[in-house]
Amino acid sequence: MEYFVQQLVNGLTLGSIYGLIAIGYTMVYGIIGMINFAHGDIFMIGSFVALIVFLVLTAVFYSLPVVLFLLIMMIVAMLTTSLYNWTIEKVAYRPLRGSFRLAPLITAIGMSIVLSNFVQVTQGPRNKPIPPMISKVYDIFGISISQKQIVIVVVTVALLAIFWYLVNKTALGRAQRACEQDRKMAALLGIDVDRTISITFIMGASLAAVAGTLYLMYYGVVVFSDGFVPGVKAFTAAVLGGIGSIPGAVLGGLMIGFIESMWSAYFSIDYKDVAAFSILAIVLIFLPSGILGRPEVEKV
Amino acid sequence: MVQAVSTNRVEAGSPFPRAIREALYAGAISFGLFVLLVGLKTDQNIRNELIIVQRWGLLAIFVVLTMIGRFIHVAFVGPALEERKRMKGKAVPVIAAEPSYLRKNLINLSIVGLFLYPVAIVLLFGFQGSLKWVDNFGIQILIYVMLAWGLNIVVGLAGLLDLGYVAFYAVGAYSYALLGTEFGWSFWILLPAAGAMAAFWGVILGFPVLRLRGDYLAIVTLAFGEIIRLVLINWREVTNGSAGISGIPKVSFFGLISFNVSDDNYIAKVFDIAQSGAYYKIFLYYLILLLALLTAFVTIRLRRMPVGRAWEALREDEIACRSLGINTTTTKLTAFATGAMFGGFAGSFFAARQGFVSPESFIFLESAIILAIVVLGGMGSLPGIAVAALVMIGGTEILREMQFLKMIFGPDFTPELYRMLLFGMAMVIVMIWKPRGFVGSREPTAFLHKRKAVAGSFTKEGHG
Repeated sequence: MEYFVQQLVNGLTLGSIYGLIAIGYTMVYGIIGMINFAHGDIFMIGSFVALIVFLVLTAVFYSLPVVLFLLIMMIVAMLTTSLYNWTIEKVAYRPLRGSFRLAPLITAIGMSIVLSNFVQVTQGPRNKPIPPMISKVYDIFGISISQKQIVIVVVTVALLAIFWYLVNKTALGRAQRACEQDRKMAALLGIDVDRTISITFIMGASLAAVAGTLYLMYYGVVVFSDGFVPGVKAFTAAVLGGIGSIPGAVLGGLMIGFIESMWSAYFSIDYKDVAAFSILAIVLIFLPSGILGRPEVEKV
Repeated sequence: MVQAVSTNRVEAGSPFPRAIREALYAGAISFGLFVLLVGLKTDQNIRNELIIVQRWGLLAIFVVLTMIGRFIHVAFVGPALEERKRMKGKAVPVIAAEPSYLRKNLINLSIVGLFLYPVAIVLLFGFQGSLKWVDNFGIQILIYVMLAWGLNIVVGLAGLLDLGYVAFYAVGAYSYALLGTEFGWSFWILLPAAGAMAAFWGVILGFPVLRLRGDYLAIVTLAFGEIIRLVLINWREVTNGSAGISGIPKVSFFGLISFNVSDDNYIAKVFDIAQSGAYYKIFLYYLILLLALLTAFVTIRLRRMPVGRAWEALREDEIACRSLGINTTTTKLTAFATGAMFGGFAGSFFAARQGFVSPESFIFLESAIILAIVVLGGMGSLPGIAVAALVMIGGTEILREMQFLKMIFGPDFTPELYRMLLFGMAMVIVMIWKPRGFVGSREPTAFLHKRKAVAGSFTKEGHG
C-alpha cells in the first residue's frame, strides 16, 4: 500500500510537468488546428535557459534563497521561450496559414529539428548536470515526499489558477475562446485574430518554460535532445484529455504521469516509453476526441 | 530571417527608412533570442562542474547578421518580389517553344549517367580512390532516393502522412540481419522475404489507423515507429539490444561470384585481378540503383492502374472518393503495404551494405529526413524527389569534405555538426517559400479537362 501511494506521489509530480507542457499543445491545436511539433523543443529551451541562469546566478551571488533562485530562473526562461515561440509563429507558421493541411505540421517538424540542433551546436551535445538545488526529503507515514515534489505541485497549481483566471475571466481569454470557435466570425466582431494567436503561443511557451525549469530542478540534468520524448508524452496527455480542452490537458497529464510511474514500478522500466506511445496510439484510434473533448463532426 | 512587426501601410518612395527600422527591430529580437543561448556557453571544467563561457563576439555576429539579413529583405527582396508580381499580371502569355532534345530526354539521360557514374569515378580516381565517391555519395544518396520513392507512394500518392516510415526500414534490415546470421540464407531469398515482412507489418500497423486522417494519422504512425525502435532496443534476447547485430553476410552475385576474400569464387580469383574492396561497393551501387529504379517503375505503372488512380483520388478528396464507391480501406492498406515493402527492400539492402544493424539507425529523425525529401521534392513527383535527395543528402555529405572551412572558422570547426541544423532550416524555408516543393508536385493523372473555378467560400481553410 505504501509503495502504491509512493508511486501516486511520483506520478503526480511527473503528471504536473506533462500537464503544463500539454496545455501549450492543446491551446495551439484549439485555436489554429495545428500540432505544434516544436513545442517539446520549446520546453527543452526553457530548461536550458533555466540552466544557464542558474549557473550565472551561482557564479555571481553565492548565497541567495532557493525560492528567489527558482523564481528568477522561471521568469527568465518564460521570457526567452515566449520570444522564441512568438518569433517562430511569426516567421514559420503564419505564412502557412491557409496553405494545404499538412504544411504547418511539416514546418513544425523542421522547426523542431532546427531548435534541438541549434542548442546542440551552441551548447554542445553533452549532458548538462547541475548540483541538486533542494535535497530535503520528508517522511510521512512511510512515504517519502521530497521538497522538490512539493515545489513542483505547488507551482503547477498556482500557475493553473492564474491561467484559469486568464482564460475564463479576462477579455483576452474571451477573445481566445471566440477565435477557437470561429476565427472568421471573431475577426468580423473586431478581434485581432493574429494578435490572439500570438498570445496563445506566448502563453503556451511560458507554461512550457516553467515545466522546463521544474524538470531541470527535479532531474538535475538536461540535454539538447530532451524535447522529443517529454514532448510526445505531453502531446499524448493533450490527446487523452481531449485536444482543445484545457482541463483535459491537465487531467491527461496527470493520467500519463500515473500510468508511467505505475508501469515503471510494477512492470518494467525498460518499456515505460512503449507504454506511453501505446496509450497514444490506442487513444487516437479508439477515443480520438479524448475524455473531455468534443467529438469532431465531419463536414462535407 | 526574423520577421519583425510588419506594417501594412503602402509606402511610396524609398524603402530604406522602413528597412532600417525593421532591421533595428530584428536586431533587438535576435538579441533577446540569442543572448543566453549563444552569448553564454555551458562547459565542463576539469572537475566536471559546469561553468559559463562568455562569447559576446559571437553574439554580436549573430545579431549583426540578422539585422543585415532583415535589411536586405525589406529594402531589396521585398520590392523586387512586388515588382515581379506586377509584371506577371501584365505579361503576355508566351507560346511554349518546342523543348530541346536534351530537355525531352533528361530523365533517360540521367539514368544512363547514373549507370556510367562508377565507371567514370574509377577512371578518374582508380579503384581505391573511388571508394568514397561510390559509397558515400552514390550508395548513400540512392538509399535515400529509394526510401523517399517508397514513402512517396504513401504520402505523395495516397496522401497519408506517415511519420513512422523508418519502422519498415528497420523491419527489413532486422529481417535480413536475423535470418541471414542465424540460418545463413542468401540475400536473394531474404530480399523478397524482407519486403513481404515489411508489407505485412505495413498492413498490421495500417489497419488500426484507417479511420484517422491528416495529422492524427501522422502522430499514430510516429508512435508505431517509436514502439518498434524501443522493442528493438529492449528485446535483448532476439535483437541483442542497442549493441546491435554484426557480422551480417555480404551479398553475392546470385551465388556465382562472391565478395568474401576467403571464398573460392571470390571475384578477384574468378577474374584473376587484384584484390580490392571497391568491387563490392560498385556491385552494391548497381544493386541499389536497380532497386531504386524498380521502385520508380512500379510507382509509374501503379499510377496508371485502378489502384493508383484510387490513391490519387483519395489524396484529393476522401469523402468524394467514398461517395463514388471506392473502398477506402483496401485502397489505404495497399498504399501502406506497397510503401512498406519498398522500405523493407531498402532495409535489407542497408543491412547487407553495413554488415551491422542497431536501433540507432532507425530513430525518428530518419523518418523526418525521408519525409522532408518527399515534401521538398514535391509530393508525388519522382524526379523532384530524386533531386531533393541529391541536394539534401549529397549536400550534407559534402559538408564533411569541406575542410577549407576550418581555415575560416578555426581548427575546432566541425562542419558535420551543422548538418541537421541546415537540414531543418531548409525544410522550414522551402515550406514557406514553395509549399508544394521546389520541383513541383504531381497533379492527379486523370482529371476533367474543363477546370472550373470554385469560389473561396466553398473551400474550408486548412482542408485544401
